[in-house]
Amino acid sequence: MSESTPPPSSNMPTPRSNWKNWIGVMPFFLFAIMFIFLPSVRLFIGSFTNEEGHFTLDNVRQLFTQQYIINSYLLSIRISATTALGGGILGFLLAYSVTVGGLPKALRSALITFSGVASNFAGVPLAFAFVATLGRTGFVTTMLKDVFGLNLYDAGFNLYSFLGLSLTYMYFQFPLMVLVMAPALDGLKREWREAAENLGATSIQYWLRIALPILLPSILGAMILLFGNAFGAYATAYALTGGRLPIITIQIGAQVRGDVLHNPNLGNAMAMGMVIIMAISLAGYSWLQGKTERWLR
Amino acid sequence: MKSFARLRNFPFWSWLWFVLGVLYFVLPLFATLEFSLGMERDVISLKAYQRAFADPKFWQTFGYSVFLAAMTIIVSIILIVPTAYWIRLRLPEARRIVEFITLLPFVIPAIILVFGLIRVYSTPFHIPFTNIYLGQPLTNFKFGTIFLIIGGYMVLGLPYMYRSVDTGMRTVDVRTLTEAAQSLGANWFVVIVRVILPNIRTALLSGSLLTFAIVVGEVVLASFLGVQAFGPYLFLLGQHRAYEPAALTFTTFLLTWASMGIIQLVTGGQGQTAGAH
Repeated sequence: MSESTPPPSSNMPTPRSNWKNWIGVMPFFLFAIMFIFLPSVRLFIGSFTNEEGHFTLDNVRQLFTQQYIINSYLLSIRISATTALGGGILGFLLAYSVTVGGLPKALRSALITFSGVASNFAGVPLAFAFVATLGRTGFVTTMLKDVFGLNLYDAGFNLYSFLGLSLTYMYFQFPLMVLVMAPALDGLKREWREAAENLGATSIQYWLRIALPILLPSILGAMILLFGNAFGAYATAYALTGGRLPIITIQIGAQVRGDVLHNPNLGNAMAMGMVIIMAISLAGYSWLQGKTERWLR
Repeated sequence: MKSFARLRNFPFWSWLWFVLGVLYFVLPLFATLEFSLGMERDVISLKAYQRAFADPKFWQTFGYSVFLAAMTIIVSIILIVPTAYWIRLRLPEARRIVEFITLLPFVIPAIILVFGLIRVYSTPFHIPFTNIYLGQPLTNFKFGTIFLIIGGYMVLGLPYMYRSVDTGMRTVDVRTLTEAAQSLGANWFVVIVRVILPNIRTALLSGSLLTFAIVVGEVVLASFLGVQAFGPYLFLLGQHRAYEPAALTFTTFLLTWASMGIIQLVTGGQGQTAGAH
């Protein structure tokens, strides 16, 4: 055997030990198969199956032709885009204020901690908190009425509407933006600003022509992340509106509870459609994140 | 001169955004607190909290959620720590695929996950290409449901737990520690339990607390799988009571706060954005 010669001996054992090494990660793959792949594959196959169990494209076709399904997707997309934009802007400004905006350092860690809490504060408790705030007898509603004589509900506001749900979603949206953007803003080098100022740039010129272009992929990526974050939300909307706003997750929830569409496989197709949209947004996020890392490290 | 002028400049806009943000954070919490203290007319009282905590169903469901969270955390650690360790030490080529899998829960929202789980496990397990069916569907008996929900919660917590553990292992020299322990005669089990685990305890703690925060108030998996957990209880309570849910909401918030606060303390403020740093 040529075991003694260095190059083959370093090559020889690798394939065999490689194969054995994969056994070490088998439990993890088994877990992933049972709880991630099987459920996804089942939904995927179901999307292309008719009630007799044969292959069909009919379910997928209905996604694009049934008006109420299209409307649900559009409503979900609208609400996710609105809160991604609103939460993104507010979150960015907040992240800006505690990183390069000149606020005391102590406020920064306080804000980051609070953002960590708030971005995880969703679902039923969040819905209740907003009822206590902006509901018909909520704290802010009452205060506006008593102090400013402004009756929100007479003015057309309703917590259980598109605007109300958006304001509620914002509570976990903008803290996520803070968490994602703060490190990116930290990456802005002081030298860039100084160089710009030495060349006579004003603060606005610096932001518009240097800082924002560098941050842009990062900002867009973070907003896409927020989009996905809102798109998948179910419990908050259900607890707040009780299903009156037919966003896509609520429709799917109704389908799981009882076969309201009288076609279980159409439910599968709706779920698949959601996963595809989520996957596209996550891919967009990681692609844009990669583009930023060149500058900000 | 310019920098001198800037020093004297009060960062007005920064403060404005900051105050706006803080108001957004605080107002709903304050409103909830204020409402929960107003159960008795015209006085501030803790009556809503007394009532809420006096309900045995609260303790049952809450205790059950804590149990589920603990089980989720333990099984996650047992599954993820050896996997991450093995990848680092012996199987770097598996890194990409495993990291990809740990990101999948971001693409599959809880409602879709539970939908898929019910579709797969509410029928008896069918061995492909045969007519053999195994036993009862998992959703039909209690142990099966617990098995399913813990698996589901592990999926929801997977990105956070894996990332924490992996970051923790990056900061300690796993290879040297392993070689040192092995040269002293330790086997794999001893290496992981007595050498690796203590060295990544900070990472484990932050991963566990995040998982705890996710699981304790979780409502989607619990209600669709019919598990009597805290989330569905709070939701039902909200249907026919006003003050008690507010009290429990505020309590939940404090719990989340405590979890995140501890994470920030032990990780020095980097717990949430491990990937960005």
